[in-house]
Formats: sequence, C-alpha cells, structure tokens
Amino acid sequence: MAVDARSVRERAAPRFLQALPSVYWLLLLPALGLLVAFYIWPLVQVLWISLIEISPNAEGLALGNYGLLFTDPGIQRLLWRTARICLITTLITIALGYVVAYAMVHVDTQHRLLLLFGVLLTFWLSVLIRAFAWILLLRSDGVIFDAVNLFYEPLRQLGVVEGRLRLVRSETGVIIGMVHYMLPYAILPLFANMQGIDQRVMLAARGLGAGPFGSFWRVYLPLSLPGLVGATILVLVFSLGFFITPALLGGGRVVMAAEYIYVSMDVTLRWGLATMLATTILAATLALVALMARIVDLRTMFGAK
Amino acid sequence: MERRSWQFMVMLCVAWTIVMFLVLPMFVVVPVSVTDQRFLSFPQETISFRHYVNMVTNEFWRDSILRSFFVSIVSASLATVLGTLCAIACWRLANRTSEFVRLLMLLPIIVPGIVHALAFYRHWITLGLIDTYPGVILTHTIIGLPYVVITVSAALANLDMRLEQAARSLGASTSQTVRWVLVPCVMPGILAGGIFAFITSWDEIVVLLFITSRNIYLLPKAIWDGINENIDPTVAAVATTMILVTFLILFVQMSTRGLRGVKKS
Repeated sequence: MAVDARSVRERAAPRFLQALPSVYWLLLLPALGLLVAFYIWPLVQVLWISLIEISPNAEGLALGNYGLLFTDPGIQRLLWRTARICLITTLITIALGYVVAYAMVHVDTQHRLLLLFGVLLTFWLSVLIRAFAWILLLRSDGVIFDAVNLFYEPLRQLGVVEGRLRLVRSETGVIIGMVHYMLPYAILPLFANMQGIDQRVMLAARGLGAGPFGSFWRVYLPLSLPGLVGATILVLVFSLGFFITPALLGGGRVVMAAEYIYVSMDVTLRWGLATMLATTILAATLALVALMARIVDLRTMFGAK
Repeated sequence: MERRSWQFMVMLCVAWTIVMFLVLPMFVVVPVSVTDQRFLSFPQETISFRHYVNMVTNEFWRDSILRSFFVSIVSASLATVLGTLCAIACWRLANRTSEFVRLLMLLPIIVPGIVHALAFYRHWITLGLIDTYPGVILTHTIIGLPYVVITVSAALANLDMRLEQAARSLGASTSQTVRWVLVPCVMPGILAGGIFAFITSWDEIVVLLFITSRNIYLLPKAIWDGINENIDPTVAAVATTMILVTFLILFVQMSTRGLRGVKKS
C-alpha cells in the first residue's frame, strides 16, 4: 500500500476529526430522507401519471394528455384566462408595490416603521381571512359594492358599460383579491433592493442638472431594475398556482388552473387531466424560478453575501 | 430639502393610499363579528358577543381550533429539529453536494401548493395516510422545513466556522458541539424558523382540502367551509381574533426591534 502525504496526515489527526464529515452527513439525512421519500417521490409520481394515465378525451392524441393543451378549446380558454389574470395581477402589484417601497426608503425611520407595520400586518394575516373580508366588502350588499355602483350605474344607463355591476364572482374581484395578497411579496423584496441603492445618486443626478423625473427615470429606475425583475417573477410564480383567493372570490365562475385541478379531482377524479395540468404549472414555475436564479442569487436567501 | 418637493408629497400620498388598501379591508370583519343576527350582517339593534362565545363553546369550532394547535405545534417542532440539523450539517460541510441539498430544501416553497397537494393526495392514498394525524403532520412538517433551513442558515452565515473547530479541539464530541455551541449561537434563527413553520401549518388549507375529510377537521377547513356556506358570523369572530393576535404579536415584535434600533443609533 502506498503511503502518501494524505494518509499520513489522516493517521496523525485525532480520530474524531477523521470521523467529522460522515457525522455531519448523518445530521443531514433525516430531513433529506423525508423530503425525497415523501415529497420528491410523490411529485415524480404525478409527472409519471400525467404520462401514462391517458384521459378519455385525450385518446389518440400524439402527446397524450399534453395534446389537450393544444387541441381542447376548454383547456385553452382556461390557460388563457389563467395567464391573463396572472399578468394583470402582476403588473398592478408591481406598479403599486414599487411606489410603496420607494416611499419606505425615502422617509424617516418612524414613518418607515408605520408603513412597514401595515405591510407586515397584511403579510402575516391568514389568506383565508383576507379573502373572507373581501367577500364581505364586494358582495352585492357590501360597502364597496354600493360605493362603486354609485359611479357605475349612471355609466350603465349612458350605455358606456354593459351589464349589472358584479364584483364578487367576477374577474375584477379575483384580481382585487390577488393584488391584495401579492402586494407584500412585491413590496418587501423591492424595499430590500432599494435599501442597497445609495440614495445620494439622486442628489448627484439633480446636482448635475437632471430634473426630478429625469433623475428618477435615468438613474434610480435602472439601478432598481434587478429588484424589479426579481419581484415581478416572484409575484408571477405565486400567482400562477394560486388557488385560495381565486376559488373563494371567483365563486366557481372565474376558474383558474389551480381550481380546475381541484375540481377535476374532487368531483370527477380525472387523474390524467389533473396531473397533466399540475405538471404544466410546475414546469412553468420552475422555468420562471430558473430565470430568477440568473438575476438574483438564490443562495442569498441563506444569508450568503 | 429637495425630498419634500411636491412630487415627493404626491408619491407619499399614493403610497399611504396603497397601504390603506392593504390594511383597511380586513377590519370589515370586526362589526360583522359583533352582529346580533344569526347570519352574516352588520349589527342591527345592538352589538352582541355571542359569536365569540360560540367560537369557544361550540364543539365544532373549539375542537377544530384545538386540533389545529396540536397539529401545528407537533409539525413545527419536527420541522424545527430536522431543519436545524440539516442547516448545521450543510453549513459545516459547505461543498457542492450540501449546497445542492439546501436548494432542494427550498422545493416546498417553490412548488405551487396545488401541485404538491395532488402529489401528497396520490401518495397518501397508497400509504393509507388519508385523513389521519400522521398524514397531516407529515405534510406540514415537510412544508415547514424550508423556512427553518432558511432562517437557521442565515443565522449560521454570520457565525465564525472556527468556533466549531475550537469546541472540537477542546475535546467536545459532535453532538456536544452541536448542542452546546452551535445551537445556542443560532437560537434566534431556530426560533424564527419554528414560528414560520408554525404559521405555515396553521394557515395551510390547499393540501388539507385534498388529504383530510371528516376525521381531521382543522381550523382552516372550518373557516373555508364557513366562507363557502356564507351564513355563520362565527367565522367573523374567528377572523377578528386572528387579526387581533397578528396585530399584537407584530406590534410587540416591531416595537422591541424598533427600540433596539434606536439604542444602536
């Protein structure tokens, strides 16, 4: 047996030091084992079922269940509705969130704590409770409904808009509820990102002759772009598979992909269809996260600098 | 000061409007919770606390609250222990494999709830875990894990690796090092992770809808059914209580942190 420097050093080291790596692997194993056996493996099964359990209306299609994505008008309407609601929600959320984050960075500490308190209170409150509050407000005998209808009714009589006002069980209601849920997820990362921007760059830009809007557009906005893109993808990811708020505020009339999966399981047990849609949502989510990982280092979540 | 330009004031007003949009709507549940009627409505003649009484005496609500507490505490404890050990191991190993394991631990946050609900459902059918405590606790432990791994890893990132080596060279075994040196150092991270895991379990509804039915009836399910039936004002009483608790915890937490910030400066 060849005696190299390495084995000499290992022999020289106390026994407990040699045993080090293996012991730490043991600490890691319970969590990893749990995750693989009861999380990753079931997810792989979902993927597998989507390939082998062909749903009756997908028989004969070249791509099996996935063929429905391109041929079934009902599924296509569902996808289009999901994508539309997600995009509108994300756009509104990011625009509003940016203003709040910007304000939070530029006010004094006491003022910032107050704003932060409002954001965090919403963030921590159960999503069910928030959806419940919106239903109370938006239903046809609710406070907000009456207020909005005051403006809506004359417009309807003038023929500008068609149909009676409908806030709950409508796309409008779903989007309001979703924006309300997503806003903290946009504000908090944007705020963290903006805190990293040296606020004096605005003063420098002003000093060099830029107006207040010019210095914002040409200096501040580009600097906050990484945070903006990160927050946008984050909100989009959460909207994509969002179930609770759309299901409660949509009331079965505005069905998004996640609720469709629930219904096709709960009522009709269509495994092929449900798993195919779940896999599609998962693929879109992972693609977006991969995109985000190129812009934001995911390891910073663990405190890495 | 240039910040106080009119553009800034307009922007600030818009920001406050948005924060009010966030905060105000939830308070609609407060008047509804003290209604004197038997259905969801504002108080008609007088205010009444009977729906609060109902929340703690009616066995349907009381039991679902107690059951939820039990499930959340057990699964948050499990997630905290497993997640802390995993985070410490990954931090100490610090190689490509452990980096990968740590990213893998993020999966339950990244994967949409509806997708893993379907996966749990299918798998739990084969294992016979549908509508059982082990089944629910197992899922809640797994979806709580990422939060513990994140917070403990963040706490460890500021810790000097040589501290662990010092403990070892002074003769502590691995378990002694972990118990008496590393865990106390990252205790704030562990507690934060535990609280995250608890809240995640307490609020979780999507997986619950798939893997439980009559046997394990937890609070989120009770609220979900209450909202869909749209009659019982007890839901509003539960909602008001939860808002109050969230408010108090956040207030205490932020005021102590705020004070600390003031002291520092």
